[in-house]
Amino acid sequence: MNDAMSLGIHRLWKDDYVSSLKPGRKGPIRCIDLAGGTGDIALRILDHAREQYADRETTVDVVDINAEMLKEGYRRFKKTMYHNTPQVSFIESNAQALPEETFPTNTYDLYTIAFGIRNCTSVPDVLKEAYRVLKPGGTFACLEFSKVTNPLFNMVYDQYSFSVIPIMGSILAGDRDSYQYLVESIRKFPSQPEFAEMIKDAGFSSGGMHEGKGGAWRDLWGGIASIHTGVKL
Amino acid sequence: MLARAALRQTQQPLYDGHVPLNWFEKGLMAIGSSYMCLANPRRGDMVAAVGDLTAGPVLPRLRDTMLASKEGRAILKERPRISTKTVDLEKLASLPEGTMGRRYISWLERCGVSPDTREPVHYVDDPELAYVMQRYRECHDLYHCLFNLPVNVEAELALKFFEFANLGLPMAGFAAAFGHFRLNSERRARLFSEYVPWAMKCGTSSKSLITVYWEKRWEQDVSQIKEELGVWDPPPARWGKAAEAKMAAERKRAEEAAAADAQP
Repeated sequence: MNDAMSLGIHRLWKDDYVSSLKPGRKGPIRCIDLAGGTGDIALRILDHAREQYADRETTVDVVDINAEMLKEGYRRFKKTMYHNTPQVSFIESNAQALPEETFPTNTYDLYTIAFGIRNCTSVPDVLKEAYRVLKPGGTFACLEFSKVTNPLFNMVYDQYSFSVIPIMGSILAGDRDSYQYLVESIRKFPSQPEFAEMIKDAGFSSGGMHEGKGGAWRDLWGGIASIHTGVKL
Repeated sequence: MLARAALRQTQQPLYDGHVPLNWFEKGLMAIGSSYMCLANPRRGDMVAAVGDLTAGPVLPRLRDTMLASKEGRAILKERPRISTKTVDLEKLASLPEGTMGRRYISWLERCGVSPDTREPVHYVDDPELAYVMQRYRECHDLYHCLFNLPVNVEAELALKFFEFANLGLPMAGFAAAFGHFRLNSERRARLFSEYVPWAMKCGTSSKSLITVYWEKRWEQDVSQIKEELGVWDPPPARWGKAAEAKMAAERKRAEEAAAADAQP
């Protein structure tokens, strides 16, 4: 369904997201990937570290609230060289309340969450937990659907979202309502500057309140998706 | 201008389950659901979607046919629904053999179907016409029952030919026109040599079945109903082994009951 709806573009966004983070550039790191059940981001992180820096020590803890998604991720990882290695693990947990015994404070170098935060009931709680589990100097990076800035492009995007996506949902998945919910939830999520403000409120230090180089966020495809980053000092 | 009209913001839902679509969305849905129907005919929701989207000018004509008959007018006024919640199946089972109600229960059992599995209407915009479409869908099983047709592919197609002739619904026409490719040559030959002539003659000469208030006729004798509507039975159909076994058991029970009655 993701491929059908985004015409495969979600793969490009995830590639861009992970390569811009350069995991493994400064040596092996400990990563935690939230709402990442199916393993899309985790796999990209491990592959990037291995291919670019010959790093086989970087680890990713894949965390998801949904056990079915984790099962699917585990299954996909079985097809890779990381299966049964300490490089990947799958843990069922709620991003808003990560248990301290399993996720001690100041543990991770990189916290990623891709297309997951908009589905959490309390975004500030997720950000608070992210801040807690990251080491000082650690990076928070979120890839999420956001607001398209160009008004003309926005009209086209809206038209596509509300007309085409629910119909795709009903034809391909037999479920119009879930995909109607999807496009509505995207519209409800805070805008780029609002979300950047929330990240700052959680204690992170980020770039200026603007897009692009030196800014707190970077838009992809005109703002259909956006990458927000912050550092725990 | 045309683009603006096609992409205009859709209206609010007018009935339970209504999904209003603008012209562009209707076109997209029609193409997508037609493809999905053929790719996976088990997708009842897709078959229903094509039915909703292609019914177009035929639904007002059916509604007018109903308005022209006293029984039809009562249906439009009261808007009865057929489901396990609205029909007292236990009461029907207790009716005497040969009545419409009793036949319906036997048919449901024999075929292993339930009246609750019909997809509700979503894509017809007028609430009254949406009801007419819903009524057609819910009565389809009763047509099966009336003509003693099982639910295998040839019987369904025979009934679709009949419905196309009697009611004029385009979806029935498509199913009739393309559905037979799924049959082997022997069954297709039988369909066209025996069932289609029956369907055409019977469907065009009889009363429009959409005007029949079935719920008021449960106690009526089936042969009487058929005479009143001007319909007659199709050639005998092929039933599966399980259904044959159930029919034999039924006949046995009926014979025993008759023998018990005949005892002094």
